[in-house]
Amino acid sequence: MEMPIDFVIVTVLLMNLMMLSSSRIRTCIQIAAVQGILVGFMPVIIDIHSILPGIIIISFFSIILKGMIFPGLLFRALREANIRKEVEPLGGYPLSLLMGVLMFALSFWLTSRLEYAQPLISYLAAPVSFATFFTGALIIVSRMKAITQVIGYLVLENGIFLFGAVFLGAQSFLVELAILLDIFVAVFVMGIAIFHISREFDHIDTHKLSELKDLITKK
Amino acid sequence: MNIVFCSLTIFIMSGLLALSLNRFVKLANYIGAIGAVCACVLGLSSLFIVYNSPGCAELSIPWFVPDGSLSVAIDSLGALFLFPIFILSALAALYGAEYLRHYYGKKNIGSAWFFFNLLIASMVLVVISRNAILFLLAWEMMSMSSFFLVLFEGEKKEAAQAGLIYLIAAQIGTLFLLAMFILLSKDSGSFDFPGSQITAPGFLHSIIFLCALIGFGTKAGFMPMHIWLPEAHPAAPSHVSAVMSGVMIKTGIYGLLRVINFLGTPCVWWGWLLIFIGIVSGIFGILFALAQQDLKRLLAYSSIENIGIISMGIGLGVLGMSMNNPTLIVLGFAGGLLHVINHAFFKGLLFLGAGVILHETGTRKIDLLGGLLKKMPVTGFCFLVGAAAICGLPVLNGFISEFLIYFASLKGIFGSGITVFVCLGIIASLALIGCLATVLILLIAALRQMLLKGRRVERVLTWDCGYAKPEARMQYTASSYVQPIADFFRGILRTQKHGPKISEYFPDVSFFKTETADLFSETVFRPALKFIHRLAERLTGVQHGQLHLYILYILFTLIALFIWKL
Amino acid sequence: MHTKIVQFILILILSPFLFGVINRTKAFFAGRKGSPLLQLYYDIFKLLRKGAVYSKTTTWIFVAGPIVSLSAVVIASALIPFTGYPSLISFDGDIVLFIYLLGLARFFTVMAALDTGSSFEGMGASREVQFAAFAEPSLFLSLAALARLTGSISLSGIFSSAVINSWAAFGPGIYLVFGAIFIVFLSENSRIPVDDPNTHLELTMIHEVMVLDHGGVDFAYILYGAAVKFWLLGTLLVSMFLGACSRGWGIDVAIFIFGMIFLAVIVGIVESVLARLRLLKVPHFLIIALALSVVALILTMR
Repeated sequence: MEMPIDFVIVTVLLMNLMMLSSSRIRTCIQIAAVQGILVGFMPVIIDIHSILPGIIIISFFSIILKGMIFPGLLFRALREANIRKEVEPLGGYPLSLLMGVLMFALSFWLTSRLEYAQPLISYLAAPVSFATFFTGALIIVSRMKAITQVIGYLVLENGIFLFGAVFLGAQSFLVELAILLDIFVAVFVMGIAIFHISREFDHIDTHKLSELKDLITKK
Repeated sequence: MNIVFCSLTIFIMSGLLALSLNRFVKLANYIGAIGAVCACVLGLSSLFIVYNSPGCAELSIPWFVPDGSLSVAIDSLGALFLFPIFILSALAALYGAEYLRHYYGKKNIGSAWFFFNLLIASMVLVVISRNAILFLLAWEMMSMSSFFLVLFEGEKKEAAQAGLIYLIAAQIGTLFLLAMFILLSKDSGSFDFPGSQITAPGFLHSIIFLCALIGFGTKAGFMPMHIWLPEAHPAAPSHVSAVMSGVMIKTGIYGLLRVINFLGTPCVWWGWLLIFIGIVSGIFGILFALAQQDLKRLLAYSSIENIGIISMGIGLGVLGMSMNNPTLIVLGFAGGLLHVINHAFFKGLLFLGAGVILHETGTRKIDLLGGLLKKMPVTGFCFLVGAAAICGLPVLNGFISEFLIYFASLKGIFGSGITVFVCLGIIASLALIGCLATVLILLIAALRQMLLKGRRVERVLTWDCGYAKPEARMQYTASSYVQPIADFFRGILRTQKHGPKISEYFPDVSFFKTETADLFSETVFRPALKFIHRLAERLTGVQHGQLHLYILYILFTLIALFIWKL
Repeated sequence: MHTKIVQFILILILSPFLFGVINRTKAFFAGRKGSPLLQLYYDIFKLLRKGAVYSKTTTWIFVAGPIVSLSAVVIASALIPFTGYPSLISFDGDIVLFIYLLGLARFFTVMAALDTGSSFEGMGASREVQFAAFAEPSLFLSLAALARLTGSISLSGIFSSAVINSWAAFGPGIYLVFGAIFIVFLSENSRIPVDDPNTHLELTMIHEVMVLDHGGVDFAYILYGAAVKFWLLGTLLVSMFLGACSRGWGIDVAIFIFGMIFLAVIVGIVESVLARLRLLKVPHFLIIALALSVVALILTMR
């Protein structure tokens, strides 16, 4: 077993849990960024002996995008929408942490039923990538703010990237690129949307968007 | 076997005698109690005979019910359950004789004894019967007699309510048992209990298992089906609660074990299901116990927790059976069964203690109580021992059964075997530790005594941070004691808090009240019952009080039955 | 056998020393000279020479509390291995007994606190059990993860050297377990950030407030029991790094004692640089330990 890979993967897992239990949006963004960088390095660490130039390029782009550009955009959105408040999960931090651990157990069980074509690089990779994916989904579902939902998408993408990097090798990166592009657009649009929402409504709580429905029907 | 029949006869005869002598209250009280104690002692002696020669305790005579015979037997599983039944019932009967004196002239003492003795007799019959019909008869007798005991103070509204809930729960449970036994007889061809069969687990077996789980689980108090326990236990007289919680709910466990025994090799998921139910009952049971303010309600919830622990042990054993892992079988079942016996004793102790407290103070509200250890040193000491034992603290019996279950789960994780030698080593080490602990406690206490000799030992008021006159009302109550953890789990407990909001510096007379309703009865059963009620209301159109139409219904039914059969 | 007894006695003798080390470290960070390293010994002997004052509200429980707690902790110290050498008493499943003995100690401390009838002590007892409700399961799950890892379910077996050997194969999991046990260690020994042993504001104290009404010999027992408990839980941490090597018993023991002192220094540093958590945040902190231990246990279940 490759020790460094295991350490990186467990760190990714711990970052999921940290994100679920942290109360500040800034911290969440930072953790997501560091997680993106770590995951971005994965394709390089896995095949340290025979690195293709394509892999390095993919790795480089994803690190730049997820480690710098996305967080930068999100921080800008934070600044411009003037968000200071905390994350506000539904059901409290302990519950969401517990959910995170349960998700990990679930993904561990799920992936233990998978059959792999080639020998595993690390037995942790599959469960952790699933868990990361689920954590992203959990953040999207359980958090109020639009901006935390963007963070959720980022985490979700990290999970997919990790899975792709470990299991699919080079051929997966076409898919990767497409997803990255999607996320990029998503972050962009969300950033603009958040900015406008906050200018119109003075807050960015998504559950208050449902008030729009009433406005329309009243008119 | 004859001795057991003698003891059953004594139960019923003394009960009937007490009932008929109802006018002479004292006499009825003593006859009931003495009859119960004698019968229990007799029953216990029969257990020793069975223990010495296991083969002799079987009896099978033909009877009028088709498909099977009137057969009873005591085997080791049955004896294991009869043991706490006899002991705890005898003790509870002794206690009850004193307890019921309080009710002379107010209550019908004779009938209380009649139902109490009937309850014990039917529990014994449940455990020894080897025929489904007989089993169900005894089972119903047990439910009915305990139902009447719950209604002992039936003029109180909550007791009547509790009785109703208990009756409904018991009937639903019996319904599933009926279905289960019919399926089982279909499988084996007779209503007599089959021997242990080694067949592959089929679909039918899983259905039988699930029916047994629901039917027996309702009696035992597994978590979603537990709602009658916290209602019925506080309503019944304390010695009855002790018997109900100590041994009657264990007949559910007995039934489950017996049925699992019929079904041959169990499926893996049965074991996991039992473990899951055990964990849920354990955690939720103890959380709700924390939030209770009624002492006996708290004990009832704690029974649910302990049933959860037992279920975990049995689940591990079943898992071992399906995976053919003898270590797990032995440790799991041993832990679960030992906990059955242990729980019978310490929960019996706690309920009897709660009865004394209720008797002396006139209240079951824990928040109103305090300083009892000083006023009632013996009760206090016993209660403390019971509490420590139910925590599973070392040196007391609860620890051993919990230790076995832990050990089974730890061993189960590794899947490694265990030899008798290791077991002996553990027992020896535990005994050594027990001795060491006793010696050490004595040594340290003696050291303290020695050091304090000749020095000044004063008694003053508790330091209370400058309050001039500390009084009892300033004591931390049970509610405030559990408040932090109850608040943490507020999502589950949903404790309602009532009280005026304080807005001024010098508030008026204030009050504060919390109440914690049961999660499942509020979220599952109440809506379900409401739904059934609505459905039933629609049917009221059929019932309009005209006799000839009713006869028409009967006629239709008969014709329908004919058509179906012909 | 001789070495086992010597180890047991070493634990009993050395444990109060660690508190002196912690205080010295804190004093160093605060720029003070600090109390002598052997201060706790002096305190205990001073208290042992005193008479006693009991509250009129208390009963025999109040007296029994410190006695039973101390005995439970001392018995538990017979179960704990010393630098990978087996403990005085060890058998399969002694993990369970170890945790339950600590539970017994807590039960009686809490009972004694409630026996005084003072609301302060009630408050402390209430907090103590609340935190224990989270700390105990995570300690149990952490030990279960280690047991799963090393294939042994006795403390001596786990810490003999097996943990050291599984570092190479299972580093990440052991880190998680270490984190979980460290949090439990801080909480159970009422150190910052869970509890502040130096505070004298009753409303925020936890352990200290429970023993407020104890004095004289009883208080000496409590102080000594706390010191031994610190050593016991500390051993779990240090033993993950220092195992028995073939350097000989004496050297191993010396290295281990230095390891314990190092741990005390770390605790001192943690106390100097961290602030106490808000009381409402403490459960969250302990939940993190629980999460870590669950994750570690899952990681071992491949």
